[in-house]
Amino acid sequence: MASNEATTNAHEFTVSELSGALKRTVEDRFGYVRVRAELSGVKRAASGHIYFALKDDSAVMDGVMWRGSATKLSFVPEDGLEVVASGKLTTYPARSKYQMVVDRMEPAGAGALMALLEERKKKLAAEGLFNSDRKKPIPFLPKVIGVVTSPTGAVIRDILHRLNDRFPRHVMVWPVLVQGEGAADQVAKAIEGFNAIDGSGNLLRPDLLIVARGGGSIEDLWGFNEEAVVRAAAASDIPLISAVGHETDTTLIDYASDLRAPTPTGAAEMAVPVREELNYTVADLGRRLSGLKVSMIADRLERVKGLARGLPSPRDLLGLASQRFDELSDRLPRGLQNVTQKKDIQLSRLAGGLSAGRLVQMKNFKGTQLETTTKRLEPAYERKLADLSQRLNSAGRMLESLSYERVLDRGFALVEDASGKPVASSGELHAEQQVSVRFKDGTRGMKVLDGEPVETVEAPKPAPKPKAKPKAKPQNTNQGSLF
Amino acid sequence: MSDVQIGGKAIADLSFEEAMGALEQVVAKLESGNAPLEQSIDLYTQGTQLKAHCEAKLKDAQAKIEKITLDENGTAAGTQPFDVE
Repeated sequence: MASNEATTNAHEFTVSELSGALKRTVEDRFGYVRVRAELSGVKRAASGHIYFALKDDSAVMDGVMWRGSATKLSFVPEDGLEVVASGKLTTYPARSKYQMVVDRMEPAGAGALMALLEERKKKLAAEGLFNSDRKKPIPFLPKVIGVVTSPTGAVIRDILHRLNDRFPRHVMVWPVLVQGEGAADQVAKAIEGFNAIDGSGNLLRPDLLIVARGGGSIEDLWGFNEEAVVRAAAASDIPLISAVGHETDTTLIDYASDLRAPTPTGAAEMAVPVREELNYTVADLGRRLSGLKVSMIADRLERVKGLARGLPSPRDLLGLASQRFDELSDRLPRGLQNVTQKKDIQLSRLAGGLSAGRLVQMKNFKGTQLETTTKRLEPAYERKLADLSQRLNSAGRMLESLSYERVLDRGFALVEDASGKPVASSGELHAEQQVSVRFKDGTRGMKVLDGEPVETVEAPKPAPKPKAKPKAKPQNTNQGSLF
Repeated sequence: MSDVQIGGKAIADLSFEEAMGALEQVVAKLESGNAPLEQSIDLYTQGTQLKAHCEAKLKDAQAKIEKITLDENGTAAGTQPFDVE
């Protein structure tokens, strides 16, 4: 017993004491921790608390987020999401458990969120929710506009102001949370709720919806990436304009909506036309129309008058023809007269040329001419004849005196070769050649004695050869030498 | 107004956009002067009715802002006037 007492010297706790001590130790030691973990087994209780497990590849730890903290969440926690949770550790003595009470939780980096977003976008696009053939046209002038947004804040104010500036309309606001826990759910329900109004009750069915939220971080806008919201927007039978965040923020509802506005104010501008402009257009059309009331008759009257002016009067039509007729009928007899006259002149000109007087005159004239010419012809002929015979006599005398026979009379002789051709030079003759020599009373044949006429001729040069006039003078000597 | 039909609808049933489009066409047709006289008179009558319809639609521009009230199921139960603070 004593030894027993000694070994059990240590303080003896009750279970509660020990658990309490453990709880204090854990809470003191881990009063504030941050832990990076993957969420799993996320469960939302009706009380609003969220239960989940934080885990990594080898350990698991329970976690809880009380309702107060959970409503401040900027995103919806879901299984598989990597988060950074901060809070404290505590134990649950009744069940020998410990867990982390998380009061802040955020996705582990934007990259993780974006990856999630991208994956969800792909999935919904594959279902055809973003197809352009699903888009409905926005009505030109909606009667009732349903707005899904927070009832407080700048967004609804901006929309209402801009609508009022352009074209005041009946607006029904469906108040929702636009951020944090439950926001996505409320927005989806509001879209469905507006579509559920059939207009038969005391509520008017909107013919255009605007889902709007102001700018914020990706976490702030996260609710508009939630599947429930995207599906509700895609399923809406009422045309829907989304206006979430600023121009650079794009959430998944923008893909599913029929029209995406860059801002809430922009949504109001897309929703209604400007009333003043329409007033002006209609007034202008009205002015033109009432102007036409007068002018559509007046114009036609003017046209008829114009055409009538262009129509020539029957008198004018006839007048021209009758004038032509008059002119022609005037010219017809004159034409005939002209022709007769012209022919007449031609005839008398011809007849005048034919008169007998002229013929007689012509005959007399030609007779006189003949007489004169005849008179002139006789003496001229006689003169000519005398002249010619005189010239003939003298020529005959001249011829007589020049004849070579007269030369032969004077004692010269003519040497001729066998062919009867006169021999004019001694060189033409050779020895023993037969020649005939003509004298005044006859011809005798002779023979050339010497054969060297050149030597013999050399000395008495002018003697032997010439037989005609040049030889006429030395006739005797020459003839002697020839013999 | 009358039994005039535009695209198979009575003028009173036309939306503002349809009525204004029809009015523009009427004015253009009359201004062209190509329509026969008898038709012009009908067109003019139509035009005045369309204009009146458009003006009525434009006059109906009262802003009425309401807030949906929800029942316990979260569905729309009714409305109450809505004031932007």
